[in-house]
Amino acid sequence: MVMKEQKAPRPVMFGWSNPKFRGVIYQLLVVLCLGAVIWVMAATAVENLHRLGIASGFGFLNQPSGFSIIMSLIPYSEQSTYGDVFIVGLLNTLLVAVIGIVLALIIGFTVGIARLSGNWLVARLAAIYVETLRNIPLLLQLFFWYIGVLRAMPKPAASLEPLPGFFINNRGIVLPSPYEASGFWWFSGAIVLALLIGAGLRIVAHRRQKETGQVFLWIRISVLLLIVLPLIAFVLKGAPLHFELVVLSGLNFKGGVHLIPEFVALTLGLATYTASFIAEIVRSGIESVARGQREAAQALGLTKSQTLRHVIVPQSMRVIIPPLTSQILNLMKNSSLAVAIGYPDLVSVFAGTVLNQTGQAVEVIAITMAVYLVLSLIASSFMGWFNTRYAIVER
Amino acid sequence: MRNRFTVLIIGILIGAALIYFLRPNPPGWEAAQTGASSSIVSVTTPTATAPAATGAATATAAADSTLAAVKARGYLKCGVSQGLPGFSNADDKGQWAGIDVDTCRAIAAAIFGDISKIRYSPLSAKERFTALQSGEIDVLTRNTTLTLTRDTSLGFDFTAVNYFDGQGFLVKKESGITDAAGLNGATICLQTGTTTELNVADYFRTRNMTYQIVAFDRNDETLSAYEQGRCDALTTDASGLYAERLELKDPSAHIILPELISKEPLAVAVRQGDDQWEDVVRWSFYAMLDAEEFGLTSANVDDAKSTPSPEVRRFLGLDSNFGSMLGLSNDWAYNVVKLVGNYGEIFERNVGKESQLGIPRGLNAQWKRGGLMYGMPIR
Amino acid sequence: MTQLTLAPVRRRISAMAWARENLFSSPFNTVLTLAALYLIWLVVPDLLDWAVFRATFTGLDRKACLGADQGACWPFVTHNLDQFIYGHYPEEERWRVDTTFILGIAGLVPLMIPRAPWKRLNALYMLGFFPLAAFVLLSGGRSGLNPVDTSYWGGFMLTLVVAVTGIVLSLPLGIVLALGRRSRLPLIRLLSVIYIEFWRGVPLVTVLFMASVMLPLFLPQGVTFDKLLRCLIGVTLFSAAYMAEVVRGGLQAIPRGQQEAASALGLGYWQSMWFIVIPQALRHVIPGIVNTFIGLFKDTTLVLVVGLFDLFGMVQFQLSDARWSTPQTPTTGYAFVAFVFWVCCFGMSRYSMSVEKRLKQGGSK
Repeated sequence: MVMKEQKAPRPVMFGWSNPKFRGVIYQLLVVLCLGAVIWVMAATAVENLHRLGIASGFGFLNQPSGFSIIMSLIPYSEQSTYGDVFIVGLLNTLLVAVIGIVLALIIGFTVGIARLSGNWLVARLAAIYVETLRNIPLLLQLFFWYIGVLRAMPKPAASLEPLPGFFINNRGIVLPSPYEASGFWWFSGAIVLALLIGAGLRIVAHRRQKETGQVFLWIRISVLLLIVLPLIAFVLKGAPLHFELVVLSGLNFKGGVHLIPEFVALTLGLATYTASFIAEIVRSGIESVARGQREAAQALGLTKSQTLRHVIVPQSMRVIIPPLTSQILNLMKNSSLAVAIGYPDLVSVFAGTVLNQTGQAVEVIAITMAVYLVLSLIASSFMGWFNTRYAIVER
Repeated sequence: MRNRFTVLIIGILIGAALIYFLRPNPPGWEAAQTGASSSIVSVTTPTATAPAATGAATATAAADSTLAAVKARGYLKCGVSQGLPGFSNADDKGQWAGIDVDTCRAIAAAIFGDISKIRYSPLSAKERFTALQSGEIDVLTRNTTLTLTRDTSLGFDFTAVNYFDGQGFLVKKESGITDAAGLNGATICLQTGTTTELNVADYFRTRNMTYQIVAFDRNDETLSAYEQGRCDALTTDASGLYAERLELKDPSAHIILPELISKEPLAVAVRQGDDQWEDVVRWSFYAMLDAEEFGLTSANVDDAKSTPSPEVRRFLGLDSNFGSMLGLSNDWAYNVVKLVGNYGEIFERNVGKESQLGIPRGLNAQWKRGGLMYGMPIR
Repeated sequence: MTQLTLAPVRRRISAMAWARENLFSSPFNTVLTLAALYLIWLVVPDLLDWAVFRATFTGLDRKACLGADQGACWPFVTHNLDQFIYGHYPEEERWRVDTTFILGIAGLVPLMIPRAPWKRLNALYMLGFFPLAAFVLLSGGRSGLNPVDTSYWGGFMLTLVVAVTGIVLSLPLGIVLALGRRSRLPLIRLLSVIYIEFWRGVPLVTVLFMASVMLPLFLPQGVTFDKLLRCLIGVTLFSAAYMAEVVRGGLQAIPRGQQEAASALGLGYWQSMWFIVIPQALRHVIPGIVNTFIGLFKDTTLVLVVGLFDLFGMVQFQLSDARWSTPQTPTTGYAFVAFVFWVCCFGMSRYSMSVEKRLKQGGSK
């Protein structure tokens, strides 16, 4: 074959021996095959739905749902539509994901650093944590948490009351819900102001450090401001934040915010499980920074915390972030296991209840999968942006 | 060179193994196996149920007629629940029992005269509709409530109601609740994807009572959450409550509230558009009702063959050709009664006095005794 | 790391000195140590007490486990062990499951030991002969074996069936996708990326739902797939995307020069891939494959949500058995499943780490 090609004076444009031509043909073939498969399946589905007299289309989203959902971040009642159910489920999923991610990061970083601790016992305990949790299926852990949470809590009538107005029982955690009174906007304005000043200070501090080398402790000042400013507003405006009182009436509590046990169990389960993976990522990230770097920083007279902040963390972050991204995505996707313990997330109420009530499997499953896909893409592009930013600012 | 040689030898060996393993069973083998298993408790070994390759795609011939397809296939595919005592429940050894299972057996008896020729598909509440729509099962005998939506938008036809039920509540005795009005503000556990969820909403809303719903995907999860004290009440069909109460640690510590808040006619469903198949399923069930009315049981049906009663003789196919009108053999109804029993028998043995559930006949008594069970005349 | 530094230290100094160095080197460290000790004291005695001292080990039904201060109820596990392993597989046919298991072990062990010879044959056995034999043995209906419907499959056996099938089938698919993602043909590359990112973007639960309630509607009239088979298809398509990313990592580790050298020798694309690049790449990604397998193995528990009874599902199923319903039964059952999964996953992760170490040492030479 090689000989033949050598003999040919110039490659034939449309011959089989021309790799470019061959490539085009291959691609065409693959696309055609794929297209044919998809077309046949779609046509079959349409024909099946039609032949069996199954309703199709997205009209069901406007029909009233007729069932209630235990936890909803938007006003929802039985008269709301299936479309509202979708939004309720989506928001519940996002809520668990966001809180779970924050918790998982906190636990994960703590345990990851603990694994590298000079304290033998602490390092061992951290290792046990990691090896235990990541080798047991998440679904099982969720059941453990759920039963554990339910078992540990008393009945509503015998609720624990750690703080006045706070109740803990096996129907969940009941908190007094804050509601705004006049002058509330001053309070929130003060918080925003403090945040803005903090951000300004940071820029000033960085510039000054670059020019003069002086270190300006902007973090401490910002935190102080964040506490003091809202407090001043709070006092000046006569405590504009009120709390709705919670009362036990009949079988359950009235008023206040309910954190249902399903939510607590799911969040804790997701966070502790994902944290065991994050811990490993953090550990290997920190270990990836060569020992010489630390020694060099010490030789330059940097303190231990300065070494950590300016030498170790920026470098290890670059190793940590890509796998961390996929862990965060995993947590979000794993929140779909809510279906097993009755937390009303997207899969549970939409791909579960709505699918059952309407019987429109194709539409419901397609919407659900699309939502997760979009969420993943958003999260991964955000982390990608975060990664590039980190890489550029901290050279 | 040597390497290539070994690969060649291995290839030949694998090829030989392939031919040996994938060779189909010799003809006649199936019959021998079937003959070996006794007839009444049929599903001991699944041997006889599945001549076709399990796990592989099976194409049913003559797609238009379900009856023809079932006959050609050699077994009936029934959708059942994943475990509801009294209705469809598998024991330790995977043997199915229950009123729904017997309804399915009646159909198999009418078609084949053999109740072992069944393959059961345990289905969740979610899967049952797709399973029937797609032809994965021939008939859905899984406590499914007949509703207008399901009859129309899902592409089903409901044939006969094999159990008239209503939705009730199970509560702990110590809660002090004695009637449904006491449930104001209650947290209620239920299984998602059922009519139950909608009934509860209607019931509480019309009475201006507050409530919270915790919905689980599976039966056992619902029960476990109720038992752990997550909910004040558990709700499902009353028959289901009797069954689930048995699974609790201390059944006597729980009571079923007297009110039934809905009508739950549990019916057998088939795909729309195959009238012959619908007839077969419907009349297989009516045969059990009529048998009870005639006083025919699996024990005395053989003796009844010498009866002078014209309607019984018609029923047994002695002086009639009703079987062939349905596309079945003429002793189809005899087979149903002989192999499965009449409706009273299957009721008592699965959910009634002879079972652990001990549910009274109530609505499910014969029409002559004040119930709703009314076998249509076979003539 | 700690291992390396500890070894020489231990030789020189006493236990007291070691403790001072590793546990009480600073006030902060001392506080940490005390806190850790407190934590251990909180957890370990209670756990032991529950699992051993207050536990019941023998008994025939729930009455054995109704003590006032009852710990774990182990007879629940021992009594139902057969079902936890085989599900509802008919008793007289269970030897077939055992045989399959032995065949699998016989192929797997020499494959895992690096020094064992006949690697290529062994791989052929595992990827060709074994799946076939397992299929025939388990489902029957051929060679004089009684057919066993898949609705009778369950327990640990089903866990293994799902996990092993998923991994064995997703490997070739994953390799093709990884090659596709690195292809020079833009359309092929695009399609591979879309495939991979799609499956990696959706949760397995929705994939299983899709396989169980949506897929049947996409098949022509009269054609139905077994529920288990549909589930396996879903799992395979899903894990192929993850496998593709693992294999891609391995492909990237192979220098381009290798491929160029191969084409200079006159090998075509597929030849150079098959004989030169893939064998090297696969060796690099063994740890990755094992890790994917661990993930898949744990994820098999999710088949519970579509009504298949794997080990965990089987335990859940038995928990609703009135004969064993005691306050401790669920915890005991879950603890048993957790232990089984932990042993399997921990073992595999150790193996993958040792392979990784060996590869690193090999690479640095």
